[in-house]
Amino acid sequence: MAEVAAAQTVAQHGQPPIVSKRDFLKLLTGSGAIIGTGALVWPFIDYMNPSKDVLALSSVEVDLTPIPAGQGITVSWRGKPVFVRHRTPEEVKKSQDTRVSDLLDPAPDSARVKPGHAPWVVVIGICTHLGCIPLGNKPTDPRGDYGGWFCPCHGSQYDTAGRVRRGPAPANLELPTYAFESDTKVKIG
Amino acid sequence: MAGLYKSEYKNPVVNWIDTRLPIFTMMGREYGTFPTPKNFNYFWNFGALAMITLAIMLATGIFLAMNYQPNTQMAFDSVERIMRDVNYGWLMRYVHMNGASMFFAVVYIHIFRGLYYGSYKYPRELLWMIGVVLLLLMMATAFMGYVLPWGQMSYWAATVITNLFSALPWVGHAVVTWLWGGFSVENPTLNRFYSLHYLLPFLIVGVAFLHVWALHITGSNNPLGIEPKGPQDTLPFHPYYTIKDSVGLCVYLIVFAILVFFAPNYLGHPDNYIPANPLATPAEIVPEWYFLPYYAILRSVPNKLGGVTLMFGSLLVLFVLPWLDTSPVRSCRFRPIYRQVIWLLVVAVIVLGFVGSHRPEGIWVVLGRVCTAYYFLHFLVILPVLGKLEKPLPLPESISRPVLPGGGGPIPSAATAKPMEKP
Ligand code: HEM
Ligand code: FES
Repeated sequence: MAEVAAAQTVAQHGQPPIVSKRDFLKLLTGSGAIIGTGALVWPFIDYMNPSKDVLALSSVEVDLTPIPAGQGITVSWRGKPVFVRHRTPEEVKKSQDTRVSDLLDPAPDSARVKPGHAPWVVVIGICTHLGCIPLGNKPTDPRGDYGGWFCPCHGSQYDTAGRVRRGPAPANLELPTYAFESDTKVKIG
Repeated sequence: MAGLYKSEYKNPVVNWIDTRLPIFTMMGREYGTFPTPKNFNYFWNFGALAMITLAIMLATGIFLAMNYQPNTQMAFDSVERIMRDVNYGWLMRYVHMNGASMFFAVVYIHIFRGLYYGSYKYPRELLWMIGVVLLLLMMATAFMGYVLPWGQMSYWAATVITNLFSALPWVGHAVVTWLWGGFSVENPTLNRFYSLHYLLPFLIVGVAFLHVWALHITGSNNPLGIEPKGPQDTLPFHPYYTIKDSVGLCVYLIVFAILVFFAPNYLGHPDNYIPANPLATPAEIVPEWYFLPYYAILRSVPNKLGGVTLMFGSLLVLFVLPWLDTSPVRSCRFRPIYRQVIWLLVVAVIVLGFVGSHRPEGIWVVLGRVCTAYYFLHFLVILPVLGKLEKPLPLPESISRPVLPGGGGPIPSAATAKPMEKP
């Protein structure tokens, strides 16, 4: 094959063959070395990812009974604050009635809660702008114009479903993975 | 514009940098076109292998340090956490642990090469001495690294080795207390060992740089032990020796990988998986294999100061080796008697290794003493005397002469006139 191709090349261009056995060997050796080095680099990168013991500590259970309607608490999950907010029926209604098209980061209220647990909003309490912790769990906190949370750093405002209503934050508060273990207990993580 | 360098590189970016900092020219001169004797055998791979092992130790060590805790309460558990929980932690640690063994193996072969081919002789004495400094730094680094996992062997190695200094007359105990930062091996000791274990490898990098610098001034020795007489005796380093080093490297990495993946604890001591207990010494206390011969020398003298002196002496004698060997001929190939005697030295050191791993009883005591005596006899008596008595075989006129038909071209007359370079 190679000779035929080479012969054609010579015939066409009147020059010696362009691809030689040496080029082939060089490519083979070079790619072998690159693949080998790449395989060595991966363990070093993965070494810096969270280790098994860190991952194992990554779920918390929260008892909901002490949280009165209209208030929220902050729990620590993987070193981050998670807001667990008990909404009043009015707050739920107001949030459900909000038009999705009015939102900066459109999401219906139903996508922010678990089915059958509309009063409970569980969000990661980190402002999606630059990472401050918004205020608003306590009724005495500033909650902004939408009654949810207000970020003291650059004034972003969230509604009671944790949806961003006024910038500079670009996105809604993130939802952690969580599940209701019973009506009064959630497991985060 | 006084200092701008006239770079010959065509690539404009390379040329721009090279004009201001001629690093490409330097690398090209030292590792590209560098004229290298054309008759190297595989013994000449081991310097490059040592460099690569040093890089592997630095890389794995820096990553281990991200998860290691230098505190007596936490050190052992933090190493176990590296082994069990941290992603690829087992790999980092096994590579680092066995890397220490591979490093010493490589360096011992490298030293043997120097002894066999007389690489320590004029004009490479300083190069050799810098090498001995590297060996000492490596030993200190490996010893302090071994203490870090804070197992039983770590703790008792730290105790025994630091106590060596108590043999010093008058100041011994004060020195040991100072080394410990307390009245026994304790947390302050572990902290400073960790600090130094992190520092020394970087000193090794610096000293290795001097080592290579000195090498590139004198040029490499070669299996014939005669200087190249001209271009017909040398090859450019690249591609000839970069390729030869790569072949050796592949084989080396295979051996390394077999150790890491199939026998990672073969060279270690199981007791080091028991957390340090300052109140009970393990029944069998032995150092790592690479320290066994020195340990045997230490124990072969029934006197504390004597043992310690001989142990350090066995290393320090290497510093003056260039002046102890009086023969003007470098390579063992042309020294019919030394060629045999040097194997006795090798046997003595290996036997000392076995002696070091056995309790000092019965035959082991005798063997230890005989071999220790031979070790010093070799350096202090045989080498100086043999150089005067031995009649060397005739040296070839040049590296090419015996191999190439016609000797690879005419030899400049000045060079032929003086086949032995010793002034
Ligand atoms: C000259 C090169 C080096 C040598 C000969 C060396 C030797 C050793 C040895 C023998 C151990 C004990 C292994 C064990 O039993 O687990 C060790 C552990 C350790 N070394 Fe190094 N080392 C070197 C370079 C480095 C560097 C550059 C660092 C980081 C800056 C480092 C960080 C560590 C750490 C954190 C440990 C404790 C973890 C462990 O025990 O695996 N080492 N070293
Ligand atoms: S960080 Fe919250 S508004 Fe900037």
